[in-house]
Amino acid sequence: MSSAASPAFKRLGDVVEQALPKLVLGPTLLASLVFVYGFILWTGWLSFTESRMLPRYELAGLVQYISLFQNDRWWVALTNLAVFGSLFILVCLAVGLLMAVLLDQRIRAEGALRSIYLYPMALSFIVTGTAWKWILNPSLGLERLVQQMGFTDFTFDWLVNPDMSIYTVVIAGAWQSSGFVMALFLAGLRGIDESIIKAAQVDGASMPRIYLSIVIPSLRPVFLSAIIILAHIAIKSFDLVMALTGGGPGFSSDLPATFMYAFGFTRNQIGLGAASAMMMLFTVAAVVVPLMYSELRRQRHG
Amino acid sequence: MAEHAEVRTAGPRLLGRAVIYALLILLAMYYLAPLFVMVSTSVKTLDEIRAGNLIALPAEITLSAWAKAWSSACTGVDCSGLRGNFWNSVSFVVPAVLISTLIGAFNGYVLTMWRFRGSDLLFTLLMIGCFIPFQVVLLPMAQTLGWLGIANSTTGLVFVHVVYGLAFTTLFFRNFYVSVPQEMTKAARIDGAGFFRIFWRIILPLSPPIITVTVIWQFTQIWNDFLFGVVFSSGERQPITVALNNLVNTSTGVKEYNVDMAAAIIAALPTLLVYVVAGKYFVRGLTAGSVKG
Amino acid sequence: MASLEVRNVRRVFGSTEVLKDINLSIDSGDFLILVGPSGCGKSTLLNIIAGLDTPTSGDVLIGDQVVNHLSPKDRDIAMVFQSYALYPTMSVRKNISFGLEMRGVPKEERAKTVNRVAKILQIEHLLDRKPSQLSGGQRQRVAMGRAIARDPALFLFDEPLSNLDAKLRVEMRMEIKLLHERLKATIVYVTHDQIEAMTLGSRIAVMHGGEIRQFGPPQEIYDEPADLFVAGFIGSPSMNFIRTEVVERGGDIAVQLKTASGAFALSVPGQQAALRPWIGKSVILGLRPEQISAGGNGQTAGSKVQEQRLTIDLVEPTGPDTLLFTQISDATVCARVRPEHACRAGETMALAFDLSKAVFFDPQSEKRLRAP
Ligand SMILES: Nc1ncnc2c1ncn2[C@@H]1O[C@H](COP(=O)(O)OP(=O)(O)O)[C@@H](O)[C@H]1O
Ligand SMILES: [Mg+2]
Repeated sequence: MSSAASPAFKRLGDVVEQALPKLVLGPTLLASLVFVYGFILWTGWLSFTESRMLPRYELAGLVQYISLFQNDRWWVALTNLAVFGSLFILVCLAVGLLMAVLLDQRIRAEGALRSIYLYPMALSFIVTGTAWKWILNPSLGLERLVQQMGFTDFTFDWLVNPDMSIYTVVIAGAWQSSGFVMALFLAGLRGIDESIIKAAQVDGASMPRIYLSIVIPSLRPVFLSAIIILAHIAIKSFDLVMALTGGGPGFSSDLPATFMYAFGFTRNQIGLGAASAMMMLFTVAAVVVPLMYSELRRQRHG
Repeated sequence: MAEHAEVRTAGPRLLGRAVIYALLILLAMYYLAPLFVMVSTSVKTLDEIRAGNLIALPAEITLSAWAKAWSSACTGVDCSGLRGNFWNSVSFVVPAVLISTLIGAFNGYVLTMWRFRGSDLLFTLLMIGCFIPFQVVLLPMAQTLGWLGIANSTTGLVFVHVVYGLAFTTLFFRNFYVSVPQEMTKAARIDGAGFFRIFWRIILPLSPPIITVTVIWQFTQIWNDFLFGVVFSSGERQPITVALNNLVNTSTGVKEYNVDMAAAIIAALPTLLVYVVAGKYFVRGLTAGSVKG
Repeated sequence: MASLEVRNVRRVFGSTEVLKDINLSIDSGDFLILVGPSGCGKSTLLNIIAGLDTPTSGDVLIGDQVVNHLSPKDRDIAMVFQSYALYPTMSVRKNISFGLEMRGVPKEERAKTVNRVAKILQIEHLLDRKPSQLSGGQRQRVAMGRAIARDPALFLFDEPLSNLDAKLRVEMRMEIKLLHERLKATIVYVTHDQIEAMTLGSRIAVMHGGEIRQFGPPQEIYDEPADLFVAGFIGSPSMNFIRTEVVERGGDIAVQLKTASGAFALSVPGQQAALRPWIGKSVILGLRPEQISAGGNGQTAGSKVQEQRLTIDLVEPTGPDTLLFTQISDATVCARVRPEHACRAGETMALAFDLSKAVFFDPQSEKRLRAP
């Protein structure tokens, strides 16, 4: 004998109670399966069709990818992403680290300063873009200010200069995001065991030396997560460009995200838009997956 | 850290401190400058803007640009200011934040306190949703919203923001509840409380900090969103970020920089206010949402 | 109060079998100890008894009723956790009465129960505090109060004392024992501490690697360990294990031992039937430290005790006793002598071996040798 002595069925209430956790999680999972994974497949499918104004579902092979990579505007967008992405990440890391190290020197009013460095993160990229568009205004903005200060030959026309317009996006983007990197680094610095620093001081190391050879190397995981996040922001960057340059002059400051919007939604080239969106997904995967993987492996091997 | 105690002489030390503070203050000015320029430009007259420079203080303060931005500036063809769009934003941001936070709380609760076979895998699956560039779902979503009959509507925007915010809210709550001992749930089950009772009576009372963090994070994200707004809404349904962008980039007529700036500040005000009031939680959300996600 | 029976319970997580065919049975009022090194499956078994976890196969019976299908709240049990698991947002009073409230006990009755329990545990003055305002020992009491208030058929304790410091642990141990006698409760108590096991239990189940290695009253576990693991796990300092050969010496059974200075034999009183098949073979001799004492007090003659002079390598005074360590047959052997009889390290002294309670193990199976 065993369970035979007990009722073979559970009470209905218990059955429902046991299923509740799965029932509660269910809708989210379904949403994720359909609206994330399903939609990725859907977009992938579209990218292999000749869809233009309306989606069509007959497969047409790689036509969209071929025309994508024959499209000058796409190449501009990719080149811009490389320039913008690397500069944006470098500037944010450098400025963020500098601010974090400075703030970590037992500063009076640290809280206030931190809030000042970080408030841009609370703004929409559209607001940031609008503000910098005005500041960088080629006639009335910074240029005028510097000229009035006596440097009458000073010109600053990056916003309307096709060769330089992408750099204005770097300026505004770094202004918005470097405070955030500062917060990450500061948290990392605060997590470092003080006794290590004390031991190094006892060993006679100077403060800059301690930072260079002990503190900053131990921030490696913070660097990694900061780079992952910044790369992610860079690849998705859309609003900032729209507000600051609109992708112009011409399409000189286009990024893949603005390219995708232009072709997928305003120029009725759904297939091409889908192909560019898939390329963005692959770019994110190509950047994020190796970084995460190396980080996970490092954690696992101590 | 930063306790560099033994210092040989006071001179270099003082100099060092002076350099540090000077750098910090310069940086602070750099970060504040755009805000200052926005505010001062928004209260100047257009003539003064044309005659003066960026950092000159306004000779006289006028709020007419603000009034115009709020109620009569042209965003494209429509010339009724940002007022309507501001309330549009409020009307979908509030429900989207509340719904996504509530669902995230339940998900986090299940994923920590009621783990089942495969629940960790499901969590990972969910988290990948944090990483995709949303461009990759825009085209199908536009179609789907049309089928569901909620294209260009408040409901549609609430739906989109909830769906794509869930990964983040779930992550926040899960990471918070992970540090709550599971034995507490076990004790409550033995005490006779069920799934929902444990949530309301035991888990939720522990949660105000993470609820604050999540609400602030979601509010900031959704209020500031532009991509979903510009793709899934049009005309007078548009959220304020889209309207602001239209206003600034409308090429008809004279460029009114003061109105642009007033509009930008209006669009930024709600999230800035939240930042000023609850900055601590905002920062916590930023670091929590990023270190893992 | 109810009895408890566990029948053929197995629990598999993925591909690892955490519990392998567990069988247990105790009577109403028993104090059952589940003891074993950490990771051996004690908590898993306790969770299965509580209904917090489901066995892969097998049955749990409380008071002769199979409860497999019952959820924890319907099993009439209470549980005290290692981390106490107090509800941090509720006052002590609320913590204690929460279980009653969930069961629909009227308010006045709840208040009465809380007061009664608080009195038993002497925590009346803490009732309005939050758990975060309590010390470790006080939290422990509240956790016990929460269990007592419900007056359950079965109490489950999962290492309730291991977060306390040594002194408090001894105090609370005593209190739990008193409480058991006072409430006549049936208790299942998990610990990895063999002293707690010996002092508290009326029945002990020694677990290792997901199995119950031995199940019986404390003294039986101590005197008659079923295998090498149980013998080594229970008792402090642990039992000495010496590899030795069984020989026959004038009709008697003896074991052959060697030291640096030569070999000697000790005859084994009793256990003839168990040892006879092993003559000429190698076995493991188990001897508790207190079975080796100081010799040369003239008590040897006629008694079962045999003396041997040995070089002492290390001396550890513990206060009431002094532990002496010496080398026999490549094993470090501990003897427990009265402090005044101890010598100094490096010296030679006579040790008296009492083999009447010696145990022997098969070196292969590690099982205790028993009469066929
Ligand atoms: N949910 C689980 N999933 C997988 N393995 C588990 C789980 N719970 C416990 N285990 C494993 O089962 C073994 C026994 O755990 P446990 O019962 O907690 O041990 P004890 O309480 O005796 O220290 C451990 O090796 C543990 O890793
Ligand atoms: Mg355990």
